[in-house]
Amino acid sequence: MSKRAVPEINAGSMADIAFLLLIFFLVTTTMDVDTGIIRKLPPPVEDNQDDIDVKDRNVLKILVNSHDLLLIDGERGDVRMLKDKVKDFMALHPDNESYPEIKPKFIEELGKEVMVSKGVISLKNDRGTSYGMYIQVQNELARAFNEMKNDKSLQMYGVKYTQLVDDKKIKTINKLVPVPISEAEPENVGGE
Amino acid sequence: MSRFKKDSKKETAAINTSSLPDIIFMLLFFFMVTTTMRETSPKVKTKVPEATEIQKLEKKSLVSYILIGPPINKRLYGDNSRIQLDDQFATVKDISEFIARERQARNEADRNKITTSLKVDQSTKMGIVSDVKQELRKSSALKINYSARRAGKSN
Repeated sequence: MSKRAVPEINAGSMADIAFLLLIFFLVTTTMDVDTGIIRKLPPPVEDNQDDIDVKDRNVLKILVNSHDLLLIDGERGDVRMLKDKVKDFMALHPDNESYPEIKPKFIEELGKEVMVSKGVISLKNDRGTSYGMYIQVQNELARAFNEMKNDKSLQMYGVKYTQLVDDKKIKTINKLVPVPISEAEPENVGGE
Repeated sequence: MSRFKKDSKKETAAINTSSLPDIIFMLLFFFMVTTTMRETSPKVKTKVPEATEIQKLEKKSLVSYILIGPPINKRLYGDNSRIQLDDQFATVKDISEFIARERQARNEADRNKITTSLKVDQSTKMGIVSDVKQELRKSSALKINYSARRAGKSN
């Protein structure tokens, strides 16, 4: 066999080409995944729609003024106590007049009626409220409801809400623990 | 040993770099797979607030971003928070058009799955954010995300 020398391809510049590509991708790309609090806005209102009357005892009013101060149901409050207030408010108190009413709700997945609270959280902020404060409040509200979902899930299925895999179970919990947060259009409530 | 010594006339042998491209390619593929294209360059500063109850946005292709914050170039644009859509400054009135454009760019099946992510600087006042939200409601872009970073993680 004649050993004819095949001329070797010079691969020295291969690295340079790869480097060029690498640097291009390094520069043009971002690594971070966007995270945040996911919310649904209410659909746009028609002008002729009347305001729905909600009984006073069914509403937990949260006001944030332009100095980022909090008013929870008429009392000066702190963001740190918001979560417990909300949890307490949304818990079922059948015989207590100062807590929201309860109503039976038919849950398809369970095939029976379950009592749920009629409570609504009303959040109102000033135009001068800082966005950081607003997110803190939203975060505390989300925390309260997530904890309630967790409790419910632990009580019913023995696992945390975040570890539920069954779509039906997740739906059931979501129906049992609704997130009734209503946001009023902001106005200049002032900050005295 | 003599076999190796035979043809070593030079003092130092060249380092074999033939595997260098492979290493670089490996790095390259890593970055290609883990990253997505940067779409816009920010014109406003958006240091988003911290939160604990945050979720990851699942599909990046179904997210459109609205940036609100103080302009990076203070001398030219001042200190007040501005809205940035795509690559330029915008006003509240431009939002409905922006949403329509974002919808146009997606598949018909995906159009109602678009999430609007609000990347808002934490020092921004709620007035402008509320205006944006009202505008989003009017254009029925109801799925929104308040962009926030995990508490304790600097970014």
